[in-house]
Amino acid sequence: MAGLRLDHLAIVQDDFALRADWSAEPGGRVAVIGPSGAGKSTLLHTIAGFLPPSEGAVLWQGARIDALPPGQRPLSILFQDQNLFPHLTIAQNLGLGLDPALRRVDWRAVEAVLERVGLSGLGARRPAQLSGGQQSRAALARALLRQRPLLLLDEPFAALGPALKAEMLDLVDALAGDALVLMVTHDPADARRFARDTVLVAEGVAAPPVPTAALFADPPPALAAYLGGAAF
Amino acid sequence: MARRAGTLTALALAFVTLAPVAVVMVQAGGRGLTAPDWAALRFTLLQAVLSALASVGCAVPLARALARRRFAGRGALITALGAPFLLPVIVAVLGLLAVFGRAGVVNATLRGLGLPEVSIFGLGGVVLAHVFLNMPLATRMLLQGWQAIPAERLRLAESLGFTPREVWRHLERPMLRAVLPGALLAVFAICLTSFAVVLILGGGPAATTVELAIWQAIRFEFDLPRAATLAVMQVLACGGAVGLAGLVARAPGFGAGLDRLHPLPAPPGWRRGLDAAVLALATLFLAAPLLAVLQRGLPGLLSLPASIWPAAAASALVACLAAPLAVGGALALALGRAQGVRWLEPVAMLPMAGSQLVLGTGLFLIAFPFVTPARLSLPVTVLVTAVMSLPFAYRILAPAAQALVADYGRLAAALDLRGGAALRLLVLPRLRRPLGFALGLCAALAAGDLGVVALFATETGVTLPLAISRLMGAYRMDQAAGAALVLVALAFGLFWIGDRWGRGGTEA
Repeated sequence: MAGLRLDHLAIVQDDFALRADWSAEPGGRVAVIGPSGAGKSTLLHTIAGFLPPSEGAVLWQGARIDALPPGQRPLSILFQDQNLFPHLTIAQNLGLGLDPALRRVDWRAVEAVLERVGLSGLGARRPAQLSGGQQSRAALARALLRQRPLLLLDEPFAALGPALKAEMLDLVDALAGDALVLMVTHDPADARRFARDTVLVAEGVAAPPVPTAALFADPPPALAAYLGGAAF
Repeated sequence: MARRAGTLTALALAFVTLAPVAVVMVQAGGRGLTAPDWAALRFTLLQAVLSALASVGCAVPLARALARRRFAGRGALITALGAPFLLPVIVAVLGLLAVFGRAGVVNATLRGLGLPEVSIFGLGGVVLAHVFLNMPLATRMLLQGWQAIPAERLRLAESLGFTPREVWRHLERPMLRAVLPGALLAVFAICLTSFAVVLILGGGPAATTVELAIWQAIRFEFDLPRAATLAVMQVLACGGAVGLAGLVARAPGFGAGLDRLHPLPAPPGWRRGLDAAVLALATLFLAAPLLAVLQRGLPGLLSLPASIWPAAAASALVACLAAPLAVGGALALALGRAQGVRWLEPVAMLPMAGSQLVLGTGLFLIAFPFVTPARLSLPVTVLVTAVMSLPFAYRILAPAAQALVADYGRLAAALDLRGGAALRLLVLPRLRRPLGFALGLCAALAAGDLGVVALFATETGVTLPLAISRLMGAYRMDQAAGAALVLVALAFGLFWIGDRWGRGGTEA
């Protein structure tokens, strides 16, 4: 009984097509890499429920989840941007992860999570009063609060500098625990730092995950073309 | 977030706008058009065409002067140009009567000079009032056109040493060719359904519009089949105008920017004098009637008949019920449209193709067999004014709703933020500003409106604009002016409250 299973999944839009047929286990750390426009984000957004699959199924622990609305799937997603509502405080933004109506929120749990991501005492601020790195931490903190077994990262740290990004990846790894993490990236260094396995998205196919080290040691032609000569 | 609410609202709106028309169509069956019907149609089209040409014709030099001159009070003048949209029509007519009427300043001056007097009644007066009411709107539309000329083009024109004549030929004329048709059609469509202006300044066989003829058919002749036939005629005319406007559509927008990085060249010499004269004349033309109402109304305030206060309360009640109804409906439609339900937009614009008196006639025909129409006066007024102001609210909310869904729709879905919680935590805080503006606008329009209520009300259910028109009909002009001041205070006060609430939100 696999954690995430993409069963003969196909996403077809106009002249774009992407196929995937593989599984990934709970606790895994999987990078999704490939040239821009190949469909990395499309794959994540289909799993998250923002795009309907044209064929096939998305399953979690053997049960289909592709008919559920995004918020009711067993997953959390962090987008490239707009992960926080600017008019709500950080604490309220986190509280949405416990109860979207903000009526039954355990605010001590919110404060405890803020402390774990290094934002203790900042709950009353609004997102604009935080730095980019702090905003990323807040969004990650909300994903932790939601306690979903699958975490999708659609390049949420792309705007951060290299040191800050590495720090965030380590934080995700430490905090995600038994959850399966799928992370879109265009940076091979991110994949090698964070992910034991990597999915290559190229030429209309999201290939099954393979060990990251092995993949980069002997890249298939599509990956070699994407990496060029300079990536290592 | 609101697909279902949007769909339900659209169905309700379609029912409320189309059912009366359907009833009217059934009742109208089998009766041909008479000579007076044709005369009404001819006059309606004639006055609307002349009003559109005159309003936009006057707006061109005014917008140009505003676009290329910088002077103290320019910002205030541009803001003031938005005010006639909120000004109750009856007040504008009262002011124009005070200036251009038999006893007004203009005719007194003409008499003094031994020249023939002008009459404000009939075609000329109707067009004059429509220019007063619509020239500001047209000016703001054209001003946006001028301000949309890219700064790069202006820099290029300056570096090539364009004279004002060449700026006109290469920049301004092409811009006007794109903007003028939309402005003309907007004013034309508004004037087609004008009621209060024609009620007071028109009338008689030579100056009756379809809208007025419907009112007469119901109130005086009690000829319901004739009212129904006229209503069908009005629907066809309005539908044609809206369809035409759709072909050259250009969102008018309400917020014109005041300044740009690269100002238009401001030619010196006689052109400077010309612009100054245009600005002075326009300011005088727009301000004089209002000052006249003020001057006449202040003493009148002391001698107001007691019946004014229940009427003012009725108007306030209508506004406070109609505005949330219109804005709530518009919000549901705008959010649904923003989430991809495309057909909601044409439904939101549906009321533009109808008119107050058409809807009123339909509702009258529906209600008449069962209840005394006078008892329905206020509920029907609330419903019809809400429906008629909904397209304005929709236009204000649609861009903000679009941006909201584009920016936060995915995040809300990812967090399962839906329904009432989404309304409370996301929509209301993020859209508070346009919501407040739309509420204020709809409330002011509803309070100042004189339309369908004239069809239903007798002694009971009288609103303030109707009470003023009755005072005018009884030639109690000082009292009418005093009541007009109360109405202006009510309309602008309601607008201020709504807009103020909208600006009170914490912006992040």
